[in-house]
Amino acid sequence: MKVLVPVKRVIDYNVKVRVKADQSGVELANVKMAMNPFDEIAVEQALRMREAGNADEVLVVSIGPAQNQETIRTALAMGADRGIHIEAPHEIEPLAVAKLLKAVVNEENPGLVLLGKQAIDDDCNQTGQMLASMLGWAQGTFVSALEIANDKAKVTREVDGGLEHIEITMPAIVTVDLRLNEPRYASLPNIMKAKKKPLDSKTAGDLSVDIEPRLTIVKVEEPESRAAGIKVADVQELVNKLRNEAKVI
Amino acid sequence: MSILILSDHENGQLSPVTLNTITAATEIGGDIDLLVAGDASGNVVKAAASIANVSKVLAANDKIFENGLAENLTPLLLSLSAKYSHIMASATTTGKNVMPRVAAELDVMQISDIIKVIDANTFQRPIYAGNALSTVSSSEAVKIITVRGTAFEAATAKGGNAAVQSLQSTGDAGLSTYLKSELSSSERPELTSAPIVISGGRGMQDGANFNMLEKIADKLGAAVGASRAAVDAGFVSNEYQVGQTGKVVAPDLYMAVGISGAIQHLAGMKDSKIIVAINKDGEAPIFQVADYGLVADLFDAVPQLEKELG
Repeated sequence: MKVLVPVKRVIDYNVKVRVKADQSGVELANVKMAMNPFDEIAVEQALRMREAGNADEVLVVSIGPAQNQETIRTALAMGADRGIHIEAPHEIEPLAVAKLLKAVVNEENPGLVLLGKQAIDDDCNQTGQMLASMLGWAQGTFVSALEIANDKAKVTREVDGGLEHIEITMPAIVTVDLRLNEPRYASLPNIMKAKKKPLDSKTAGDLSVDIEPRLTIVKVEEPESRAAGIKVADVQELVNKLRNEAKVI
Repeated sequence: MSILILSDHENGQLSPVTLNTITAATEIGGDIDLLVAGDASGNVVKAAASIANVSKVLAANDKIFENGLAENLTPLLLSLSAKYSHIMASATTTGKNVMPRVAAELDVMQISDIIKVIDANTFQRPIYAGNALSTVSSSEAVKIITVRGTAFEAATAKGGNAAVQSLQSTGDAGLSTYLKSELSSSERPELTSAPIVISGGRGMQDGANFNMLEKIADKLGAAVGASRAAVDAGFVSNEYQVGQTGKVVAPDLYMAVGISGAIQHLAGMKDSKIIVAINKDGEAPIFQVADYGLVADLFDAVPQLEKELG
């Protein structure tokens, strides 16, 4: 089975984002970028499946500007077999991403698509579900355990109340949560090897997909910052403040 | 304008967060219909019909809808979509699971996790874990929206008398089967709607130490939460997690105990009215958002706190 893993290039999670002065978005110039952390978990899962003999190829796709090829190389250095880069603006919406991924699925016929449950930049949490629906496939979202047997997958989902177990028909979409696995680091020899792995490049036009944004960004602004608080000396003072000043207990 | 809301329910009870989503819909304006899917008991339909401001309750009482499988709920929502200008759900794990499927089928870009209604087409939502707020407008014929419950007051649960209309089931999509749930049963209030939350982080050192927080929670009528670090370390299970990818809470009082205050944790609690931090590291970033900070060893401070609360 071939496993397709879409990966997104986002601002590194350790970087504090800054809103642009003209309120058109956040500053991306000269900011450290990295693979979306949830997508790293998806790559890792695909690699583990291949190592266990449950997948024979791990194909990574990334949609965005030329620099997204670095993100694909990161996944190849982790151990993925092959990459596809689809040239598009950085700010592409999940609906358009899902349409492009559908076109890739139709060309590549994977048995499973593993995605991160959300990207840490737009926090939309949409792409996997949209792709599943466009393909008419089942979905397992927010998954912390995955077990595939024949044409079914048993998934454990992290839901608001705890854990939920469902069975889905393959081929399927699985979006991964934090506790599915811990992604590996790429070793130096593997980083060197990744440079020679095949990486195709396409455009949205090649796939005949309309990627025009549907939403208009009116403005992006900083949230109101909280006023600085005080340090209390001890527990008595804390309880006194909560009772008599904040009046919350 | 007319708005359809997919209601959340659990164990035969309407989830309180649906009331917050109704308030968001009220701010948009127009008739509000509530869809209740898979309510075997009939209690949820009854509760939904008595909410003020609800025009109609649509009841699809087929057991295939009971567990909120997205593959089954999507055709049901699509069968109703032509009549509405907005289709909304709470940004719960149910709403997040289902709504993008509906949006994709309608070829509409969804607006996720809104925190403010500017007008019927324009909404504010957090991005980058709440470190920036994006205002977006949509010209789509139907707006597909998920709502962050903590950003809106709860609508009045009583005083309404909505008509109930039964819907034909759209059938089992045959793609997915519900097996079982492992839900924590707790007498304490639900994390996202509790007026007080006390959360523990990596500093708790062990899952057993969370009973110190539970004792305080029981005295204050609070819910217990945790940072991602505490969940990853296996101290408590995933449903306790407060943060960017866990639950978002905005109680009157949030107490962070042994939590350093990573960006992704702050994303889940920084809209709380009063924040208390107890941490032995006076430089921990949690103190930058805390109204009251106590630099102390939590293993001394927490038992003292319990005593002080009497």
